[in-house]
Amino acid sequence: MSTSSVSKGCFVFKPSSKKRRISSPTADYFSEGKNDSEDSGLRFATCQLLWKQINSETEKIQEELNKQLFDNLISFLRQSHSEFQTKKTEWMCRMKSSEIPTAALVLGVNVTDHDVTFKSLSEVLQDNITPYVVSLQAKECPGIKHLLQKLMEQLMDCCVDVDSSEEEECVNISQKKIRCSMASLSKWYKSVTKKTGSENPSKKRTSSSRHWQSPPIVVIFKDMESFTTKVLQDFIVISSQHIHEFPLVFIFGIATSPMIIHRLLPHSVSSLLCIELFQSLSCKEHLATVIDKLLLTTQFPFKLSEKVLQVLINIFLYHDFSVQNFIKGFQLSIVEHFYSQPLSVLCCQLLEAKKRVNSLSHNQCENIRSLPSFRRYVEGQVSEKQIALLTEDSFLKEVTQTLLEDLHIYHENYFTVLRCLHVFTTSLPKYPLGKQIRELHCACLGKRVWETEEYGSAVQLLRMLAKDELVALLQKCAEIFISSSGKQFSNTVEKLEEFLARFQNLEAETNEVQDVSVSSQKELQKKTDLYHLQKTLLELKESKRSKKLTKFEMLRFEVVDFIDSLVRSYLAPAEMQTLNEVVYFNTANTLREHLNAAPRIALHTALNNPYCYLKNQTLKSDVGCISNTAPDICIVYKLHLECGRLINLVDWLEAFSTVVTAVEGTDPDSVATDQVDEIIHARFIRAVSELELLGFIKPSKQKTDHVARLTWGGC
Amino acid sequence: MSQLELKRNKVLEARFVADEDVLKHISDNGGVKVRKDRAQLALNVKRFVKKLENISDDDEAQEIMEEQNYVAVFGACAEDSLRNGPSAGGGKIYSFQTPKRSGKMAELASELAQTPGKNVTFDSSQYPEKPASTPQSSKKYSASNKAQLKNEFVSTTPYRLRKRLTAPSLRSDSESDYSASCSEEEEEDKDHKETSDVILDQKTPSKTRAAPASKKTPAKKLKEEMTSNLVEEYFEAHSSSKVLTSDRTLQKLQKRKLDQQTLLVLLNKAPPAFTAELKELNQQHESLFSKWMLQLNLGFSIVLYGLGSKRDLLEKFRTSLLRDSVHLVVNGFFPSITVRSILNSITEEVLDHVGTFRSPLDQLDLIMKRFKEDCSLELYLLIHNLDSKMLRGDKSQQILAQLASLPNIHLIASIDHINAPLMWDQAKQSLYNWLWYETTTFSPYLEETSYENSLLVQQSGSLALSSLTHVLHSLTPNARGIFRLLAQYHLENKDNPSYPGLSFQDFYQRCREAFLVNSDLTLRAQLTEFRDHKLIRTKRGTDGVEYLLIPVDNGTLTDFLEKEDEDM
Repeated sequence: MSTSSVSKGCFVFKPSSKKRRISSPTADYFSEGKNDSEDSGLRFATCQLLWKQINSETEKIQEELNKQLFDNLISFLRQSHSEFQTKKTEWMCRMKSSEIPTAALVLGVNVTDHDVTFKSLSEVLQDNITPYVVSLQAKECPGIKHLLQKLMEQLMDCCVDVDSSEEEECVNISQKKIRCSMASLSKWYKSVTKKTGSENPSKKRTSSSRHWQSPPIVVIFKDMESFTTKVLQDFIVISSQHIHEFPLVFIFGIATSPMIIHRLLPHSVSSLLCIELFQSLSCKEHLATVIDKLLLTTQFPFKLSEKVLQVLINIFLYHDFSVQNFIKGFQLSIVEHFYSQPLSVLCCQLLEAKKRVNSLSHNQCENIRSLPSFRRYVEGQVSEKQIALLTEDSFLKEVTQTLLEDLHIYHENYFTVLRCLHVFTTSLPKYPLGKQIRELHCACLGKRVWETEEYGSAVQLLRMLAKDELVALLQKCAEIFISSSGKQFSNTVEKLEEFLARFQNLEAETNEVQDVSVSSQKELQKKTDLYHLQKTLLELKESKRSKKLTKFEMLRFEVVDFIDSLVRSYLAPAEMQTLNEVVYFNTANTLREHLNAAPRIALHTALNNPYCYLKNQTLKSDVGCISNTAPDICIVYKLHLECGRLINLVDWLEAFSTVVTAVEGTDPDSVATDQVDEIIHARFIRAVSELELLGFIKPSKQKTDHVARLTWGGC
Repeated sequence: MSQLELKRNKVLEARFVADEDVLKHISDNGGVKVRKDRAQLALNVKRFVKKLENISDDDEAQEIMEEQNYVAVFGACAEDSLRNGPSAGGGKIYSFQTPKRSGKMAELASELAQTPGKNVTFDSSQYPEKPASTPQSSKKYSASNKAQLKNEFVSTTPYRLRKRLTAPSLRSDSESDYSASCSEEEEEDKDHKETSDVILDQKTPSKTRAAPASKKTPAKKLKEEMTSNLVEEYFEAHSSSKVLTSDRTLQKLQKRKLDQQTLLVLLNKAPPAFTAELKELNQQHESLFSKWMLQLNLGFSIVLYGLGSKRDLLEKFRTSLLRDSVHLVVNGFFPSITVRSILNSITEEVLDHVGTFRSPLDQLDLIMKRFKEDCSLELYLLIHNLDSKMLRGDKSQQILAQLASLPNIHLIASIDHINAPLMWDQAKQSLYNWLWYETTTFSPYLEETSYENSLLVQQSGSLALSSLTHVLHSLTPNARGIFRLLAQYHLENKDNPSYPGLSFQDFYQRCREAFLVNSDLTLRAQLTEFRDHKLIRTKRGTDGVEYLLIPVDNGTLTDFLEKEDEDM
């Protein structure tokens, strides 16, 4: 069946039912269309498993981070309607002022992350406070009618949830399509609370003891800013009229600043609200936690290379601040890695990977041999071993196992030392190596960090640290090393503790030094003569330069050198590690192309320089000019660039035909001045309407047979 | 502290100059220069960072560092990808340009025509000759008539060089012309620029005076000034209603408008170009099919962009991989497509749902509910031209995005418009969960443009000369006379912009005088006939009087009258 028609725009294709696939064929696509589909099934399974683990981990992180916020919200909700529970009369008189308790939840500009937060929020509320949680989105509520309708719908559903025995009744109600109004809402609320309260109190106690007798109705406005002000105002005014009939609480989700409430609502309306402000965790901290838990750990075998991480972080920082998108990018890199790297089958936990090495096919062994990092490793071996590595599969597998283990140990050490170095660098002024651990991580991943300028300045600054600072940092480091699982750090810990002890012993000696300095300063104060002052200062400087280093300084040097040696031995860049290709995803380019594409540039390049795509020698041209054999649309585009805001179609057509006829070799004189070849005319028409489709021009009524340019530069 | 402040000012100033350069070059049309300058900017930033190391304002330094990183990483990436590397700077699209002379297009055309298959390459030895020939060539340029130009290739100087020479006299245009040059001759360019700068100095003292003066003012203020200048320039350019284009019209070309059918026939006659290369491109894209399927199944949506129709590619994808699954193809370019019709085909044909919906939102709710309940239900949604006029609205996009966010609806779509990505805000983008794929195919947008009310294609819906004569020939001579009368009056008033039409009473009077009707009833009956054939339109004026208009452009009407005269 064809999909072009002049009467229809949608075409549904339904295969006959027996032909329809039953099982999930996703794994098939994983292996299809690839030359080296080695172990693709296993690879896909590993990929899915890994992603599942990571996904659940991220959810856990999110939950933990939101815990504080949710606890605050819950206590607020409890408080807000406690009067309603205890003394009804008092509640009434307080609510004479018809103030609705409102929580303004400032969530930040990363709108895309909010959905997850709200989802878990309403779950938490339903578990702890009330079954009646309604979340509304601006796009669902273009008018007050829709808003009330949505509200009722969701409440009816809630009712079903709370007591399954009443299910049928509730369904009946919703099917009857009761008129949606606040009055019917309050009637419904009364009936629900009365039913649960009076009819079977014993049952209620047991089933939903976590809820109160008359739980509040919580209405969440997910995106406060995008609601129409009128709808919001009307709803607030209406519900304030009914607040004494049932307890109502609002939660406003705010992306910008709390000020927006007052900008959206006039004073007369906002005075009906009793607003309390809640601030969620900033997305930066969220990202830091995610990176810390997902990337800077040996828990997950999959790793991102420096460039990939940089691309993801840049998208986060410069485009959306969305942790969700960051995780999406992470997911994409996992998929890409397992899809494109046949050896990614080894990208799993160490024990499993060792097992898998044994069952590698010959092709896979060849794949290992062709890894650049492995070749580098082979070159470093003695010649007999080289031959063995390149010819015997079994020997290769043995070596691969040890290499994988080395890689694992490298990572264990790397993260510990990285954290330790981070402790030091964050204490420095100006943060030469970055404030966040991710920056330090990127620096270490990419190149030998100790060769960089920034590292040099960091070490220099470390050599100037005061004693108490240094001691505190050393203690922190020792804690990090102790908490790390690696046994190879026992020596390091010992050494650090020794340093700490020596610092303690220094105390007495430093006192002496202090005396000296104090006396010299006294001298300084005595002399007021400018000449003498200068002289003494010079002397002091001389003595300082020549003076032998104090014991503290010596020790400080020793400590810094020790840290430096740790960095040099453990923070080698990942690219230097043998077999790093197995676990590191490093084609940052693909990631950038798919997540952060530049469609305008692609279009522009195609129009300006078709040689980029069509590798034909006749199209080869320098920057800024175009070959006249280029596709019609390129020529037409090029010609239109020379025009101003309006383009005369006749001139354009003539110019086009000049170019095209010249290519075809016909003498331009032979063509009659106003008689253009029909085919060329047709080609011109096509090219112009294509440009119109692409949005470069549009028809203009200003002048006959003119079109208007839509891109800038046409002044 | 004041010293520090001073220092920072200085530093900022240094950076600002670079900015100014960049701004200047943004308004150029050359890609090369812009990129070069960007590199310079990066350099400056680096220097800036180094200087700042003395100042304890670490936050700022941090920011700059990050900026630098950004430039470095994205720049490196751009260079990595062979495709986006050259001429990636969108200077042409985004720039403000100075007024163009009307003959430029013809000039470029003649240049292109003169060097078939090859591009103009400049010899550096040509440069010394240049100044000598300046007045001559520029004069020739200004004198050259557009109409003649096509056949007149007297000057052997490449057009661009001529342009270069005329530049100083045009003052503001000088810079832009330089950057259009090839990259190899940058050195010469520099020298050249210097000399031209000197000329500029002499010619426009006000401009040069402004530059050094600006260095003294605080950088921030200046920046504002710069941007506001740009803005002013933009509006100035767009406010002037005068447009310098020639007055020629297609009518004078004696060219009949082609209809869609003949257009297709003619295009089929045109020889296809670059078939081998196009095939190779397509093969590249086709190798991605299974990857697309994988990613669609993993919950991503795929959007294809790039020049050329992606319809055939998607069709191939559909026929090769989606044969055994339920899928819906949507032609976004179809002129009367709506979200409603998409939703309808899902509910009616995919879900076999009977019944109507009050609003698209209700319908969407039902679809979402059904798909969430039944995990075995799967739907592939192919949308050609997601950015078409009918679907680009915010509400439509919102609904489609929500559809795409369902885990068992897999969306693959194509976009073509240059501003298409502006349709989506962050929220919609995350609902869509796009993966972008560049699929430049260079294939003609045949199907996509066939519906469009194209500029030059004769529309069957609108009235044309042939339909006019056809209808009139089937009428009585009296009726023809009535129409003639109206048409003549219409043409008499064609230059009057506030012409409301001919009032019914006046018209009746005229018809009576010409002995065409004898009562206003007969005239009314006749007018009804015309109206049914869409030959006239009636409009009520502010005073309640009925006015009659002919909704046909004047050219066609004139042709019609001429033809009628011949027939008579």
